[in-house]
Amino acid sequence: MLTCKEFLAELSDFLDEKTDQEIKTKLESHISECPNCFVICDTARKTISVYKGMKSCTIPEDIHTRLMAAVERKIAAKAAKKV
Amino acid sequence: MTLYASGSGTGCGYSPAYSPPSGAWENGDSRKMATESVSLAAAAAAEISEEAKAELELVNRAREGDMGAFSALIRQYEGKIFRLAMNITQNREDAEDVLQESFLKAFEHLDQFQGNSKFYTWIVRIAVNQALMKLRKRKSDRTVSIDEQIDTGEDTVVREIAAWDPDPEVRYSQAELNTILTEAIDGLAPIYKTVFTLRDVDGLSTEETADVLELSVPAVKSRLLRARLQLRDKLTRFFKRKGDDAFAYM
Repeated sequence: MLTCKEFLAELSDFLDEKTDQEIKTKLESHISECPNCFVICDTARKTISVYKGMKSCTIPEDIHTRLMAAVERKIAAKAAKKV
Repeated sequence: MTLYASGSGTGCGYSPAYSPPSGAWENGDSRKMATESVSLAAAAAAEISEEAKAELELVNRAREGDMGAFSALIRQYEGKIFRLAMNITQNREDAEDVLQESFLKAFEHLDQFQGNSKFYTWIVRIAVNQALMKLRKRKSDRTVSIDEQIDTGEDTVVREIAAWDPDPEVRYSQAELNTILTEAIDGLAPIYKTVFTLRDVDGLSTEETADVLELSVPAVKSRLLRARLQLRDKLTRFFKRKGDDAFAYM
C-alpha cells in the first residue's frame, strides 16, 4: 500500500483525474484504508469545488471608469494618427 | 525560477517574455493579414465553441476600432485581471496600473492575437508581465522571483484533519462565504495564490498556467498542491462537522 506521503504527492493529479489507471487503483486502495487521507482528499475536492462556484469578482466602479477613460484616450489617439 | 533580475528589462516596452506562442510577433506588413487568416482558420479547424466564436468576433470588431466590442471584452475580464494583479502586486494602486496597462497594450496589439487560444489566456500573460515589472520597479535593489518564499521541500502541511459537512457552504450567506473564501486565498503566499486562482478559479489548464507564469509544469503542480492543501486547512475552521473526527466519514 502507498504511504500517506506518496498519496499526498499524487493527490492533485488524482483530484484532477489525471492519473493513469494503475496509480488510480493504488490511490483508491489507500483511501479505502486510511481515514485521514480519505478526509484530506474529500475536503480538498470540496475546497476546489467551492472556489469554482465562487462569484466572479467585480472591480470598484471608480477603477472601471478610469480604465474606460484611458482606453477611450488610446482609441482617440489611434484615430487621430490615421487622419 | 527567476523571471526578472534587478536592473534588467526596458520598462514598459514589450518583452519577449510575453510573446504569445506560435510566432505572433513577426514583423512586417504581411503580419496582420497572416494573423487574421490564421484566426479564421483556427476558428474553423478547432471547432471552437459558440462562446469562443462570439469572443473572436468581438476581438475582430475591436481591431477595427469598435469601442463597444472592446468594452465588452473589458467588462468580461477586468475583474479577473484586477484580482490577478492584486494577487501579484499586493497593492491596489499598482494593481490598477497593471489593469490599465494590460488592456491598453492588448488594444494596441490586438492584431497579434491569434484565435487559437482564449483571449483571457492571451491578456493574462500581458497582465502577469506588467505586474512582475511593477514588482521589479518596487524592489529595484534585489532580484524578484515569482516563486520567492517557496520552500523547496516536498513536504505538504496538513494541520487539521476533520470531516466537513456534506454541503458546508450552506451554513453561510453568499456574502459571508465570499468573505471566507477571499480571506483564505489572501492568506496564501503570492505564488500559491496566483497559481490556484489561474488554475482552479479561472479554469486555465496546468499547461496554460505554466506557460503564463513561465514555470515548469511540475512547478505548477507542486504549488497547486500546496495551495489546495493550505486552503483546505484554512477552510476546515469554518466547514468542519461539529463533534466529528476523521472516522465519521468511514
